[in-house]
Parts: sequence; structure tokens; C-alpha cells
Amino acid sequence: MKPAPFDYVRPGTLEEALQALAGHPEAKVLAGGQSLVPLLSMRLAAPAVLVDINELPDLDHVRVDAEGVRVGALARHARVLADADVARVQPLVTKALANVAHATIRNRGTTVGSLVHADAAAEMPMVLQLLGGSVDVVGPAGRRTIPVEELYVGPLESSLHHDEIAVEAFFPALAADTGVAFEEIARRHGDYAMCGVAAVVTVDGDRVVAAKAGYLSVSDIPAVVDLTEALGGELRDASLARAAEAALAVLEPETDIHATADYRAHLATVLTARVVTAAYEDARTRAGGSK
Amino acid sequence: MSENQHEIRLTVNGTDHDVAVPARRLLSDALRHDLGFTGTHVGCEHGVCGACTVLVDGQPMRSCLMFAVSAAGHDITTVEGLARPDGELGPVQQAFRECHGLQCGFCTPGFLTTITAGIAENPEPTEDEARDMIAGNLCRCTGYQNIVKAVCRAAELARDDRAPEGGAA
Repeated sequence: MKPAPFDYVRPGTLEEALQALAGHPEAKVLAGGQSLVPLLSMRLAAPAVLVDINELPDLDHVRVDAEGVRVGALARHARVLADADVARVQPLVTKALANVAHATIRNRGTTVGSLVHADAAAEMPMVLQLLGGSVDVVGPAGRRTIPVEELYVGPLESSLHHDEIAVEAFFPALAADTGVAFEEIARRHGDYAMCGVAAVVTVDGDRVVAAKAGYLSVSDIPAVVDLTEALGGELRDASLARAAEAALAVLEPETDIHATADYRAHLATVLTARVVTAAYEDARTRAGGSK
Repeated sequence: MSENQHEIRLTVNGTDHDVAVPARRLLSDALRHDLGFTGTHVGCEHGVCGACTVLVDGQPMRSCLMFAVSAAGHDITTVEGLARPDGELGPVQQAFRECHGLQCGFCTPGFLTTITAGIAENPEPTEDEARDMIAGNLCRCTGYQNIVKAVCRAAELARDDRAPEGGAA
């Protein structure tokens, strides 16, 4: 199918873009469009106006410092994925990005766009949630920072106002003695995953002092579960099984054409053990390497 | 109802084309219907199959996931732009012919554009890297084996192309 008719503007400044949005409650921002254009073509969305922000200046940055990674609204996934400093300061961003769709999609799609599209089946919203990041938005009232805890309010729904534009995302740096891992299972690499899990594990020697896991495609909004208590400080088959149980108590896997709810629950169980173990090994390696 | 038309200039295979399109015209449709570049094929029209892949400023992108109005001002390369200036097949096309990398040919333009950019970025792909390179393109005929061979052969042909000038270095 083809998109329904809409008006189109391609402003050259952020001010013009905000004016265009302010004047049209039915307007939608177009960045990479890799999620939005299919929705338009399938007529699941029919905004009256598209505000194409691709020509806005100074929004394609990827900045890395000791605090973390800042990604501008027009930085394509491919660019963030290729950045060696990103991989050094917050490796989970890089690991997850390698699983975002196919290379061709990553050439056009933007990381910030994916974050505010708020798809619980997507990698980056879950990663932002797991890392406790934030998104900066600009609107008529100026710039504000939305912490991720306040960003995702429902399926495909973020707390951005219709007249605001997301301009930058912030992923905090990896903490000391901490490791990360990411794995997802899809029918074809690059397709939407039936289940995906990321983990952040902090160690003290060979003890686990903190562990969290993020889950995609097994709940309506990006889900993060604290597994520290369930693990009880150590990684054994029994504690990993308890961790998976703790996670499933929170998650709500559903049946769709790609997988049954039972199968998704099974994948979440298997991936929890696998990914928490990998993050633990990663933490041990980093902790050892820094001494 | 009459839709607002946008006067845009699309640069396709090095040539400028002035065209008036509604904002909702997908780049894939503008290439095929407005400009006659029917080598760009449309499969799923929602970014899954890869048949419509073109190069935008040298990077492979789905032309069904871009609006023509957004592509104005960028260099677009379609499969028609992959032949050599004398009309002979380009290295990726030649490799597909030699390796029997196509049967019905519907998916082929998307593979050719994707691989053209892929071997420019990675001139010596391993078989695994070749598989990764084409992971976003679907082919219902070949079973992919010969396409993977064609990626490696195309890289070889492209290296041979460059060798005469750089051979002395």
C-alpha cells in the first residue's frame, strides 16, 4: 500500500521545525523513517504533516566522554555502531546496535528516532532503560531532559509532547568492575527478535554484587528486572534459574505469529542464564584487566 | 482531490532530473514511475526484502523507506548505474553472471547495489562476511550459495579493476 496524503516540510533550522510542529497537532517528525515509513505505507499512521528534520544542522553528533555517550538526533545507527569510543565507554550500545535490523536499515535509521518510537520489540529503548539513560527534547518551552524512567508510558508511546523534538540521547558509561552482554533470537539475523536479553553485572572478586537484565519483545514497554537478590551473589545453575523465574514474574510474554507466549517464556529463561553469565565473565575480565 | 506537488531535483546515476511529486511518493516509485528507472524492483514495500535497495550518497538504503522529497539533493545510484561507462557489465554484475547468482532476477538489483557498496567498504570479504553483507536481502530462487560465491568473485574482479593503476605501488 501507499501512504495517505500528507503535507511535507523540510525546515532548515530547529526553530522552524518547532514552529511547524506547533502549528499542526497532527504533525509527525521524520528522521530516518525506517519505522515510520512502513507504518505510513501500511496506513497504521496517517499524520497530516511530516516535519522532515534531516536537514537540521548540528544534530548528527556522537560525543563520548567519561560520563557516557551522547548521540544526536540525526546520527545514524551505522555511525554510532562504527564509533570505537562508544564501544570503549559503553560497550552495550555497540553490542545492541549490531542487532538493530540490517546494515542497510542502519544506514538510514537513527538511534534517537528508534528510542522515541518506543517499540518494546526494539533493541535501543530496552538498552536505554537498562542503562538508566535519558533523552533531551526541545519544545516551545525550551530544552528538557527526560529520564528513561519517565520516557516509556505505553506500547509505542513515549512521554514526548507532540510539539517537541528529541535532539539527543544519553547512555551512561560502563561503571567499574562491571560487564555487559546482549543476545537475541530472531528467525533471521536482523529481523525483529522473538526475545532478546541484555545484562549488566557488577562483581567484587568472583561475587556478583549487582545484576540487572533488560528484555525485549516480551512485554508492552521496555522491561528491566533487578536480578541481584535472585542470584544471591553467585552464578550457579540454581541461582540462574531463580533469576529467570524472577524475570518471568514481571514479564508478560504474548503470543503472536512469530512465537507463542510459552516459547517466548522459554527463550527468556534460556537467554537470562546465558546473557547474565556472559556479562559476569565480561565483568571479571574487565575487573582483572584494570588491576 | 488535488495533492500538493513538490518540484524537486533528483540526481540519479550522475544525471539531474527535475520532477514534480506529491510528498507521499516513495523514492522507489519516483524512480520507477516518474523517471523510468524500472531496474529498481519493489517487493515487500516495508523494508524487509531488500529488492528496492539503492545507493544514497554511496550507502545502500531501502528506496521504499524513503520519500522522494527527502532524497532531493543526494546522489542516488540505481542498478542502471552499475554498468561500466562502455555499457559492459560492472564487476558485481559480471560476478553474478559467472557464478549463476540469479535465477528469476527479481531480487537481483537489490543484491547488486548492496554488494557494490559492501565490497567498496570491505574489498576482501570472507565467506562469512559475504553472508553478513547480504543478510538484509531475500532471494526465493537461488538458496544464496551462488550469491555468496558471487560476492567473493565480485570483490576479486573489483580488485583486478583497480590493480592496473595501482600495480606499480
